[in-house]
Amino acid sequence: MSASAAKPVLAVRHAEKRFGAVHALKGIDLEAHRGEVLALLGDNGAGKSTLVKCISGVHALDQGEILLDGDAVSIHSPAAARRAGIETVYQDLALFDNLTPAQNFYCGREIAFPAWLPQGLRLLSGRAMDREAAAVLDRLKVKLPKFDAPVALMSGGQRQAIAVARATVFARKVVILDEPTAALGVRESRKVLDLIGQLRAEGNAVILITHNMEHVIELADRAIVLRQGRKVGELRPTRANQQELVSLIVGAEG
Amino acid sequence: MANIVGEQPGTGSGAAAGQATGGATLVSWALRLLGVGPLLILILLAAVIGLLTPDFLKPGNLGNIVAQTAVIAIVAVGQHLVILTRGIDLSVGANLALATVIGGLVFRQVDSALLVMLAMILSGAAVGAVNGIAYVFGRLPHPFIITLATLSICRGLALEFAVGHTTMRGMPEAIAAIGGSSTIGIPNSFFVVLGVALLALVMTKAMVWGRWIYAVGGQPEAAVQMGIPVKGVLISTYIISGLCAGIGAVVLAGRTEASSPLYGNLLELDTIAAVIIGGASFLGGRGHIGHALVGAVMIGVIRNALNLLGVDVFFQMIAIGLIIVAAVEADVLRNRLEASARVMQAARAQ
Repeated sequence: MSASAAKPVLAVRHAEKRFGAVHALKGIDLEAHRGEVLALLGDNGAGKSTLVKCISGVHALDQGEILLDGDAVSIHSPAAARRAGIETVYQDLALFDNLTPAQNFYCGREIAFPAWLPQGLRLLSGRAMDREAAAVLDRLKVKLPKFDAPVALMSGGQRQAIAVARATVFARKVVILDEPTAALGVRESRKVLDLIGQLRAEGNAVILITHNMEHVIELADRAIVLRQGRKVGELRPTRANQQELVSLIVGAEG
Repeated sequence: MANIVGEQPGTGSGAAAGQATGGATLVSWALRLLGVGPLLILILLAAVIGLLTPDFLKPGNLGNIVAQTAVIAIVAVGQHLVILTRGIDLSVGANLALATVIGGLVFRQVDSALLVMLAMILSGAAVGAVNGIAYVFGRLPHPFIITLATLSICRGLALEFAVGHTTMRGMPEAIAAIGGSSTIGIPNSFFVVLGVALLALVMTKAMVWGRWIYAVGGQPEAAVQMGIPVKGVLISTYIISGLCAGIGAVVLAGRTEASSPLYGNLLELDTIAAVIIGGASFLGGRGHIGHALVGAVMIGVIRNALNLLGVDVFFQMIAIGLIIVAAVEADVLRNRLEASARVMQAARAQ
């Protein structure tokens, strides 16, 4: 990939994180480039989720730094990460069951007026948000049974698609997906994988956490393997090195 | 039918699709019916009572109902906002009592309707602020505890300030007019309810802040992740609830031309009942101002009708209790229907 030659959009340097006695991240380096899917692999407790939460502003790093387009940034809250252009699709989706897809899309960053008022006191532009959300869903070929129904009434795959689509609306640099297909059937998974491909095509750096090696080989341009808080491998996943990848994850190098 | 993203392999036969579609239609109709159910029941109730006792529909009696329901309705609007965020405000009744007493004390010093009104409303809002701030920054597990505490504190303060009087007579004329007089045959308190409800409606449905209230109630963790100022939203709902209690105090003190530390007894139960009976979800995130109003009117109508029919007052309490059980059961039913709608979405063929 030519992307690896270019400057990374996201770089994490020497990331350290402790939770009491647990040393969760032990000096991890990571780079993500525009237009690539980076798979983050590792067994449970390897540090994937912690690393991702540090990038998306849920946790703060004890040591190390995060660079966006080469500049060190301090990401101290999820909102700050969003403002910096990092979108995260959490495993629990972070959808509001009582709101419609469009309301979910814009929750926390509503299109509203007049601009001179603080955001909370502005009036909602419901039509504009409906229109924009419909356009995004259309562009991503996500079809929903009802656009004006609360997402509580939608299936697992539809909800996942809404969460991913929401990330695409606002993602300007990095999209992080935590186990996006874990709860889905085969065909719903397929749809979500297509969406991920589309995110990459639109020039985002996509960081994908998954346990599904098939998906990694099919979609990922690069894979980073973590074990016990350290980076133990970085390679381009193919069918040929699948076994090597699995060995790295479980820690049984042959 | 519209295409959907999700579908499971092997359910592609036309018959299965038709069945699922029929089921989904049925479920969505049932959900819609549950949504307007309380209003339908209220209309039906009024019609039946009207047939049983012709006195019920006379303008004088309807005016009575409005006057008696106004305080519950106003305070229920605030309670509704708190319940939307999965909270509860048990202090509203005692808060209202304290507000009337403080208003009464101010009235002893100056005969100014404006100052007395301001004192009552500010007192209410201040108690609400204490509730919200203690709940959020005290990291309390549930607002039940802090509002139970302020219930006790407010009632105690009200008794203390009233220095041995159970009632303090007198209110400025303008406040008496707000609570007791009528304009073109409609009690003035009705217009207060209307104003409070309209303001709340604009805030919850048209303003970003209102959307955040629904978001915080729908999924608190997600609200944090989406960068919504959850603490501020929570505190604001308790302040507004206290504010509504203060406005309720103005109306009640005006109607009775008095203030009393014993006012608002069990008002917290009436307002919670109104919100739930009206059809808002006790689980948070669902419902609108109309639900609180319908619920308040329903309580007023039932009390009034049972009075007219000469039914024992104890039975009134039992009846309202039973209706609360039915309303909560309807809420549970709605959640189950939504779950089955979700399953049908997943199973429906393209």
